[in-house]
Amino acid sequence: MTSPAKTEGPGSAVALDPELDATSQVAEGAKKLEGRSPGQLMWQRFKRDRTGMICAGVVIFYFVVALCAPLLTMISGSDPYTLYGQDPTYADQPVLDEFGLPLGWFGGVSGSHWFGVEPQYGRDLFAMLLYGMRTSLLMALGVTVLVMLTGVIIGLVGGYFGGRTDYWLGRITDFFLSFPSQLFFIAFMPVVTAFFVDPREETPTYFRAVAILIVLWVLGWMGMARLVRSTVLSLREREFVEAAKVAGASPVRIVRKEILPNIVSPILVQFTYQLPSTILTIAFLSFAGVGFVEPTPDWGRLFAAGARYAEQDPAFMFFPGVALVIFILCFNLLGDSVRDAFDPKSGR
Amino acid sequence: MLQFILRRLVGAVVTLFLIGAATFFLFVAAPSDYASLACGRDCSPARLESIREALGLNLPVAQQFWDFMSGIVVGRDFPDGHCAAPCLGQSFYSGDFVWDTIMDRFPLTLSLTAGAILVFLTIGIGAGMLAAYRRGSTVDKLATGASMVLSSFQIYFLGPIVLMIFVYSTGWVESPKYVPFTESPFGWLAGLWIPMVVMATIFTAQYTRMARASMIEQLAEEHVRTARAKGMGKKYVFFRYAWRGSLIPIVTVLGIDISALLGGGVVTELTFSLQGIGRLAVDGAVNKDLPLTMGVMLFGAFFILLLNILVDIVYAWIDPRVRLS
Repeated sequence: MTSPAKTEGPGSAVALDPELDATSQVAEGAKKLEGRSPGQLMWQRFKRDRTGMICAGVVIFYFVVALCAPLLTMISGSDPYTLYGQDPTYADQPVLDEFGLPLGWFGGVSGSHWFGVEPQYGRDLFAMLLYGMRTSLLMALGVTVLVMLTGVIIGLVGGYFGGRTDYWLGRITDFFLSFPSQLFFIAFMPVVTAFFVDPREETPTYFRAVAILIVLWVLGWMGMARLVRSTVLSLREREFVEAAKVAGASPVRIVRKEILPNIVSPILVQFTYQLPSTILTIAFLSFAGVGFVEPTPDWGRLFAAGARYAEQDPAFMFFPGVALVIFILCFNLLGDSVRDAFDPKSGR
Repeated sequence: MLQFILRRLVGAVVTLFLIGAATFFLFVAAPSDYASLACGRDCSPARLESIREALGLNLPVAQQFWDFMSGIVVGRDFPDGHCAAPCLGQSFYSGDFVWDTIMDRFPLTLSLTAGAILVFLTIGIGAGMLAAYRRGSTVDKLATGASMVLSSFQIYFLGPIVLMIFVYSTGWVESPKYVPFTESPFGWLAGLWIPMVVMATIFTAQYTRMARASMIEQLAEEHVRTARAKGMGKKYVFFRYAWRGSLIPIVTVLGIDISALLGGGVVTELTFSLQGIGRLAVDGAVNKDLPLTMGVMLFGAFFILLLNILVDIVYAWIDPRVRLS
């Protein structure tokens, strides 16, 4: 606040630096006395929100379970690739009847196959679900981070520099927004995969993952860019940014020190909404048959299989479906809570 | 108003052209050659060459692009015959004209989408407004809770569940199928109501939440409060003053959701094994059938842009401020 007065003084740019440092130290000291940064305020509000806390717990639980998939399947003694129904090693413990349907109660739930087995192949559903969740969550995390970074950078550049830069970035954003996105996901997946491998050869899972990442990234950053741009547009005109400009701060410094800290909260809120929707999009791709394919365990693929088996073995769909509904529900509630914590006025 | 619509139409044509160009060049830039795909694994060079010839892949890329784009306006001639004016080319895979295939499949997608929109707009907005009207009551809590849970469901999970209950285990309803509306309106509804409802469920839940929030916000507006303070009845104020204003954000979101709606149509078609545009897009992608994919993309983009313009017109009708700007 006091910096404009100081810059009016005779001090040269060299002398200004230690002064600025000094003021920031004073500011830090004052912070210790008053004690609450916006982040802390948010955290305190969030802690009081019981739904939010429970949902945060559930979401963290999912991530832990997904990351620990190899450990947990070690405990259950199964893995997602073994065909327990066809492998002769397991001939003494039959899991499928002669029609290829699971033996036993509720899709073959038993001590060795906790969530039952897949019809036809006899793969362990528990292991498939855990590994599938791991695939989906990690992929979604990667996509979301990329989308966020791109959106923030493009939004910042457009919003801060304005003028022609902003105009053209805006047109590009509009253009990408007018794509029928889900049709494009389907159509471009094979094309992007073809960039890496000859389509007549077997595509390694690794390349498929990269292709999914690219497609979702290229067609996903627009919402974030728009949000950041509009926030930056209003921030740019505020006094503290003007003060920094007058003080001679470089654009990079202004963006980094003055503007970025102010857009952290909308970014974080957007992040909690983006991640579940990315998970659903990845699941959608696998469901449509253009995402992950056999034998990669993936959440969306379980639904494609479930729809195939729905008539003979309805139980197969139960665990993946319920897991997904709980996860998405909690993530959405968590998003609402995070938003409320940052902006108590928005309370419904 | 007319100028507004015209401006939007010109913008739409430019966007369609750009989308077509982007799709085309991405496909052409991909290192895989379509002729070798169509030819298969054990392909002799001579046969490959003849296929290239037939598909026009020997021509320069710019020429191919020009042929495709001009074909949309004036039609094209193929060895198999003439392809009339909105010509989107000929499928590599089946050899049919893409436009005919799309027109063959489109009624199903249109029925599905229109039915779903009708369902979720009436039920969603109705339930949301009712919840806002009786805020804090059991009805409100029920609507809020149910919409929260239902919006977390997915079509590919809900669809099979509904099929299991109504079709496989009880046999109350026949498997969903498409009967043209002109043939039998009743058969049309009987065949499609399950997919329509399943597709609409998730949107209904989202729109219930939105309509409720929007209505509550409207009821807190000053003009509504003034009307109440003047002594007007609650119902009158609700339906005359607040209702119209609360629709504005809903229409905005509807405009954004149109693309998602088309996506929802794709999932619904796949879930219920219906042969619509979505299935066509998947087929085109899996068979790497460039003309088919291009056609479906352009058609999808056209559909979305058209609906967006419609939404804008509705928007201008609801909110006079938009008309002036």
